Amino acid sequence: MDNDLILLGHGSGGKLSHQLLSDLVIPTLSGIPPAGQNDAAVVTHNGQRFAFTTDSYVVDPLFFPGGNIGCLAVNGTINDLAMMGARPLYMSVGLIMEEGFSRAELKEILDSMRAAADGAGVAIVTGDTKVVPRGKADRIFINTSGVGVIEHDLAIGGNCARPGDRVLINGAIGDHGIAVMAKREGLDLESDIRSDCAALNGLVEEILKEGDAVHVLRDPTRGGVATTLKEIALQSRVGITLQERALPYNGAVKGVCAILGLDPLYVANEGKILVVAAPQAADALLERMRSHPLGREAAIIGEVTGEDDRGRLEIDTVSGGTRAVEMLAGEQLPRIC
Amino acid sequence: MCLAIPMRVLSIDGDTIVAEIDGVKREASLMIIGEEIGVGDYVVVHAGFVISRMDEKEALITLELMKEMKPESATASA
Amino acid sequence: MNYMDEFRDRDVVLGYAAQIRKLSEQRPEPMAFMEVCGTHTMSIYQYGIRSLLPEGVRLISGPGCPVCVTPNRYIDRAIAISRLSDTIITTFGDMLRVPGSSSSLMEERARGADVRIVYSPLDAVAIARKNPCKRVVFLGVGFETTAPAIAASILAATGDGLANYLVLAAHKTIPLPMELLSSDPELKIDGYICPAHVSAIIGANAFRGLAEQRGVPCVVTGFEPADVMQGVEMLVRQVVEGKSRVENQYSRVVTWEGNCKAQSVLAQVFSVCDAEWRGIGVIPGSGLEIAADYAAYDAEKVLPVSVEETREHQGCRCGDILRGKVSPFDCPLFDRACTPESPVGACMVSSEGTCAAAYKYGR
Repeated sequence: MDNDLILLGHGSGGKLSHQLLSDLVIPTLSGIPPAGQNDAAVVTHNGQRFAFTTDSYVVDPLFFPGGNIGCLAVNGTINDLAMMGARPLYMSVGLIMEEGFSRAELKEILDSMRAAADGAGVAIVTGDTKVVPRGKADRIFINTSGVGVIEHDLAIGGNCARPGDRVLINGAIGDHGIAVMAKREGLDLESDIRSDCAALNGLVEEILKEGDAVHVLRDPTRGGVATTLKEIALQSRVGITLQERALPYNGAVKGVCAILGLDPLYVANEGKILVVAAPQAADALLERMRSHPLGREAAIIGEVTGEDDRGRLEIDTVSGGTRAVEMLAGEQLPRIC
Repeated sequence: MCLAIPMRVLSIDGDTIVAEIDGVKREASLMIIGEEIGVGDYVVVHAGFVISRMDEKEALITLELMKEMKPESATASA
Repeated sequence: MNYMDEFRDRDVVLGYAAQIRKLSEQRPEPMAFMEVCGTHTMSIYQYGIRSLLPEGVRLISGPGCPVCVTPNRYIDRAIAISRLSDTIITTFGDMLRVPGSSSSLMEERARGADVRIVYSPLDAVAIARKNPCKRVVFLGVGFETTAPAIAASILAATGDGLANYLVLAAHKTIPLPMELLSSDPELKIDGYICPAHVSAIIGANAFRGLAEQRGVPCVVTGFEPADVMQGVEMLVRQVVEGKSRVENQYSRVVTWEGNCKAQSVLAQVFSVCDAEWRGIGVIPGSGLEIAADYAAYDAEKVLPVSVEETREHQGCRCGDILRGKVSPFDCPLFDRACTPESPVGACMVSSEGTCAAAYKYGR
């Protein structure tokens, strides 16, 4: 095999992405050890802690049920800041467009960016626009960066899960990835599944009211719930067990996954948050989440079982068996035969 | 091999049906099935083709048989 | 009711677990049953079925993943075709990652080949219709379940008068290797979990020879966890009672005769040939090639390409794994040189492959 080639899987958020980051990108650029990898960097200036993050958006199709690349780009960056327990304040936007892209479509994308930013109380304060010759990019790519302020001194991060903690999620799993995939050429699946694309900073504010009972906040985007929880297990050196029966799904996500042979635990979400919290606060936290519009279907889905250097993630299946869960490897491809 | 799933027939147009599972709709072809298929039937779909009609009577018989396993489950999981 | 969730009932599954344990205690020697369908392999891992079975009842995975048994030579040819100009390769998702001798379709896509994933071969025909100036080649792999669908796509292209739709066929049939493996003294298979959807096409009767002449218990089994547990219970019962017959656990989908229409479409478009199985070798009469009448749709005949010399991967034990002789954990490459991100052998590539399933769910 040709090791020089960058493959699609290197951008999937799964194990290939991790390898590329830890083998090449991080050691070359900064050298932050993997345990310090989170959704955003935390920097301190004059005693004030800030969260800082950047993300690029290359989704195909650009428009999908429940959203478009624009709201995705704004909400995604807001969520990365929110996952550090930060209050998002300012954002930048970089647009890279292909010659010939539609002005009307750009307007629609910008409108939803503005709406998403306003809705989350974030100001878009700077940006950049580039156009490349036809064929050098696929219609439009968007990069957003964001900065937020951390106004508490809680220790929240992927390495903070402790034995006994409970794992919570704010609602149904897999909606975004399935809404996008069903729209792709060659699959032609019709459903009412809409992307869950949403800004989670409001919900996070609510969650943080539980104070130091909150140990980990993570949004299970690319790679899905399975990959994100496995990362947490590895970073915190703990074992985690999920209860399959407790996992919330919309029926149509199960339907599409059944048709294409996909595992919804590896499907991307854009408005979901995984919370790892102390057991004594779990029920109160669940109530708190359920009282927020983005957490009505919140559920306790698992438990941190104990210390484990190998970060074992297990699932108790609906049928009573148990199995291990690993990170997403490469892209998840429809399997038919 | 051979991922195929049960879907309910919503409509039929010549050799093509629209079938549904859990609210997801997809076209499928009747080209390789000889049996008469009607709207409301459950069929088994593989790679866009109906390969079999779900025999609902047989399904119920199997489920009944499976139910007999249930009482013992109390001791099995204890 | 969706005919899936009802067959996942925890109490039923645990009930069968208890029943299997009780039955198996009546026979001191351990039992080994082979599943020859990748979807069974997936299901067994995904639902943690092995964790529910007593030590004396072992499940082994056979050559049931069509991608895994497809030889390097086929992949190399597909890659050579993908490099032709004005050519669109269409395929089921699994084939993308399979390593050939020196590349894979995924790498070729990264280099500029037009490789598209479709759900149905009819989607590939539609792409051919939309792109009259290009040739569209569908990678036809799969067993008896899939082959009729590919055959029908060729008939659909004929009906439309499409001349730019081609199939690179490597279809295989499963009963012959099952017979071959059942007489392997190293394996000692006590029974077969017969493939569910293959049986929907060929009918449960197809396994009579195996059960009645060769004395191997056969149970046609569905894919949901309660189906698999019931199927295993039926097999254990046959072994304990010293019987060997074909039973049909999956009677809601599979009949004894099978799907006659699909069988006739298959016979119309394909003819029987010898086939090379990765890891096993050539099994006479176990393959399907495009019949002479439809040679115009046969990519192998229509597109002369020079295919690189086949290289097998050193140290890979796919062959023994496909025959159920060793488990993935016994392969020296497993989880070291060979992972789903950089697979060495085909069993690690397809999500239905034994190694991939073991990697994802089994450790």
